[in-house]
Amino acid sequence: MLRLEAVTRRFGGVTAVDQVSFAVETGSITAVIGPNGAGKTTLFNCVAGLFPPSSGQISFEGKPIHGLRPDAIFQRGLARTFQIPRPFPQMTLLDNVMLAPLGQSGERVLDNWLNPVRVAREELANREKAHHWLDFVGLGALAGRPAHILSGGQRKLLELARVMAAEPRLVLLDEPGAGVNPKLLDTIVEKIAALNSSGITFLLIEHNMDLVAALSRKVIVMAEGRVLITGDAATVTRDPRVIEAYLGVAA
Amino acid sequence: MADLIPILSYVTFFLCFAVIFAVMALGLNLQWGFTGLFNVGVAGFVAVGAYTSAILTAPPYPDSLGGFGLPVAAGWVGAMIMSGLVALVVGVAALRLRHDYLAITTFGVAVTLQLVALNARWLTGGPFGLQFIPKPFQDLLGTGLAWNMAYLAMSLAVLGLVYVALERLVKSPFGRVLRAIREDETAAEALGKRAFSFRLQSFVIGCMVMGLGGALYAHFVGYIAPEDFLPILTFQIWTMLIVGGSGNNRGAIAGALAVWLLWSLSGTVLRQIIPQSEQARGAALQIVLIGVILAAMLIWRPRGLVGEVIGTPAGKDEKGNTGKKA
Repeated sequence: MLRLEAVTRRFGGVTAVDQVSFAVETGSITAVIGPNGAGKTTLFNCVAGLFPPSSGQISFEGKPIHGLRPDAIFQRGLARTFQIPRPFPQMTLLDNVMLAPLGQSGERVLDNWLNPVRVAREELANREKAHHWLDFVGLGALAGRPAHILSGGQRKLLELARVMAAEPRLVLLDEPGAGVNPKLLDTIVEKIAALNSSGITFLLIEHNMDLVAALSRKVIVMAEGRVLITGDAATVTRDPRVIEAYLGVAA
Repeated sequence: MADLIPILSYVTFFLCFAVIFAVMALGLNLQWGFTGLFNVGVAGFVAVGAYTSAILTAPPYPDSLGGFGLPVAAGWVGAMIMSGLVALVVGVAALRLRHDYLAITTFGVAVTLQLVALNARWLTGGPFGLQFIPKPFQDLLGTGLAWNMAYLAMSLAVLGLVYVALERLVKSPFGRVLRAIREDETAAEALGKRAFSFRLQSFVIGCMVMGLGGALYAHFVGYIAPEDFLPILTFQIWTMLIVGGSGNNRGAIAGALAVWLLWSLSGTVLRQIIPQSEQARGAALQIVLIGVILAAMLIWRPRGLVGEVIGTPAGKDEKGNTGKKA
């Protein structure tokens, strides 16, 4: 579904992502782990189009997407969340979610003046859908409140609801479990698993190995911009190279 | 009874200006209040509208282009189109800039446009400006109170139309995207919205409304000159928006009324208390006063008289809860 070939991203003299190649299978949950500074988020930003790779190819469903703008990539069905969630603080949760769906005729200026009935009809359906996703992540009761009141964990859930409203086929989750209390973490794991069984593919960055072990069979370990090894959660956590990457060489 | 006529005359005259400023403030509100575009070139786009409408509708000028003698309505439409075109060119060139950089650029554009008005005699009449701008229905109503009242009614109709059109826009999915871009452009782009395109549309529509405001001004006064479009005009419109409450169209209108009232009253008071010889310098106190009001509002009531209401009609919950209640 998603294929990376020798993706490299340099910032001046620093090579943050170095010749990374891997594939994400349709219907899978693939995890990327690695110590801080390993280049995981930079890799996500390359895939999602926030900045283009310096070299290498990225294809999604068989078509190249490297060099496309973030909005164009999202419109092809590849969504992402942020490591530090980015809700629109002065907008209600409902507006946050209703923003996401693609192809809204009301986003065109003239349709609002010339075709208000159609816009209103779409909005009604859009609103139902947004309520559904807010209920799904357990934020339904707060639908009419501005997003700035949410806690860090709730913001992660809002971001999940928001991207899901656009019905993406592949979702990149940047640390869905970071800064989330243990109870909410269980909720997040459960939601991701439920979405996955309904056919959505996930690629996630995560430090919490419990979450990784619970969700993904394929784990990619990155260190210093490169892919160190790939395997299942149990294998990679026992691998001496992984332990070394995290903890340094034993004295 | 006879004493009432001058008062009524003055009130009509005052309200006409307030309504015209309200139109301009609505244009700025779309840009700043809803999209976060820091446009400090309001006067320039107002000038484009005013000159365009004057040139299209006035009788032939002996020394400069234009005087096409078209109907006033055609002048108003032409003003919007021309302001929109200028905004499109400026927007494509400058809208990738953010915040203060956009502010400096739009300010420069407005100063440039004002200098063009001052120097391009063949087009704008130079420092003497353009005269004989037709006042609609003047043949019928003369130049007195009746005409002022008729023009007030026309301006109010235009203001109402602009208000309804903009309200529909800002409460629509389009407006939702504008507010998302205002709050976090990166997040909006990550959700499939092409920020540049939306920013450009907001900028062009806002400038078209400012241009329409300029045209309303030109036909009300009947005479325009470059000194009508100095940066002080931009400053006044900004103050109206901030005082009224940016992000709320009713706030923009209320602000126009309130600030224009203060401006007019302070002018009258200053003329009475300052000796004749110091009048010219005393007038600067008006600007000081407006600056003080602006600063005071920003400190004690940054949301303005009527602040933004959070939540589009569709984005509120069933109880109509806007999120403002605890």
